[in-house]
Amino acid sequence: MGADFSLRNRFERGLAAPICLTWELTYACNLACTHCLSSSGRRDPMELSTKEAKDLIDEIAAMQIFYVNIGGGEPMIRRDFFELIEHAVNQKVGVKFSTNGTRIDEEAARRLAAIDYLDIQISIDGADAQTSDRIRGEGSYDQARRAMDNLQAANFGQFKISVVMTRESIEQLDEFEALAQHYGAELRLTRLRPSGRGVDVWESLHPTREQNRRLYRWLMERPNVLTGDSFFHLSALGDPLEGLNLCGAGRVVCLIDPVGEVYACPFVIHDEFKAGNVRDAGFAQVWTTSELFRSLREPGNPGACASCGSYDACRGGCMAAKFFTGLEMSDPDPECVFGHGEVALEKKRLTIRPTPSPDHSKRVAVAITSR
Amino acid sequence: MALSAVHVFDASSPWRLSDQVSLRDEAFGALAYHHGNRRLVFLKSPELVALVRSLEEFESADEAIDAAVASGQHQRYVQALSSLFNSEILCGR
Ligand code: SF4
Ligand code: SF4
Repeated sequence: MGADFSLRNRFERGLAAPICLTWELTYACNLACTHCLSSSGRRDPMELSTKEAKDLIDEIAAMQIFYVNIGGGEPMIRRDFFELIEHAVNQKVGVKFSTNGTRIDEEAARRLAAIDYLDIQISIDGADAQTSDRIRGEGSYDQARRAMDNLQAANFGQFKISVVMTRESIEQLDEFEALAQHYGAELRLTRLRPSGRGVDVWESLHPTREQNRRLYRWLMERPNVLTGDSFFHLSALGDPLEGLNLCGAGRVVCLIDPVGEVYACPFVIHDEFKAGNVRDAGFAQVWTTSELFRSLREPGNPGACASCGSYDACRGGCMAAKFFTGLEMSDPDPECVFGHGEVALEKKRLTIRPTPSPDHSKRVAVAITSR
Repeated sequence: MALSAVHVFDASSPWRLSDQVSLRDEAFGALAYHHGNRRLVFLKSPELVALVRSLEEFESADEAIDAAVASGQHQRYVQALSSLFNSEILCGR
């Protein structure tokens, strides 16, 4: 699917239902990755119940949403995880779920392999334990590899290996490719955004301009590597990358969080991008009537990018990346390939950046002296 | 590598929407999703969507097209169906 501009304009005005709906099942997580987009760690006591979750799946099916991206936290921590995904696939709602792999033992792998319409992506952040564990924590890489081994042994078929591109991991592109080949897996690379806990590490971990250029060329030569459309800001470098090449927030993309809050996209968990809650009148109601979504479906303002010859390809980049680095929506993407974002950031040095709203990170143990 | 006959769309045969495919109407036409190969395909006009839905009622794609659109457009729609066939959205019956 190359860039089709007329269709893209249609998409920017919104669809009857999202194409790419992400549902974070829980904020609970047994890892504590430094760049976690949803600041996960602790379970939220207000998490949707099994009954509420199943009702939501029924509604997703009724809206003819073809598949749902399930994430977290670590979705497999929910005790009703299998019950919920089976409820979805039985109604032909495909499930693509994202996991750290720690819960995929031999038995879970066999169970997963028996389910149709199920895709799995296992996250790592480096092609070796040292690099990956620096972000995801001690032992996490080996556990992810064990999950991959177990899926392979259970004949799951093709799974995905998902990597966020950081200043470090981006130097290992060929190693990731080899690892994917080793498992007959698909490789999926996505952009590091300053969302959730990522806000704290983005500055030191986001790729340099030179690295982004290399990544663009590497991806252009490998149309089979999946990117979830996350690098369209790099399309300003030349021919467009695979994908729709637009910011789909509230138009084709949407997030439902563990407590039912609906956000414009998984990377903007912040009050400003909250459209409503599925507990009030259901998801369809939020999708079709939210003021926020309506305004996101209005034609965008190219702002500072208006005079850029590449605006058609890059659209000024990612809304979340701008928002959490303190830029205006009319500013260029902080990683603008021509360096305009860096200039804009420099001007905003002294302004206070927004902090992601709900933070479910595990509280760091501090010694408390009583009384 | 020569393409074998099975891989060519023949408009004189009967066709239908694959069981593996879900269609969702949209203002511009429809989205089609193939649950097996996980491909998402865009049907870029309501006319094409209506045609695809009607295929099952006709003895051939040609007949379905003739019933749906002006004859000057026939070839265009054969091409559109042929590309849907290549994405495994359509199957023979
Ligand atoms: S100036 Fe704006 S449109 Fe041009 S490349 Fe930079 S971010 Fe993209
Ligand atoms: S805000 Fe960024 S991550 Fe979210 S849909 Fe837009 S481009 Fe994608």
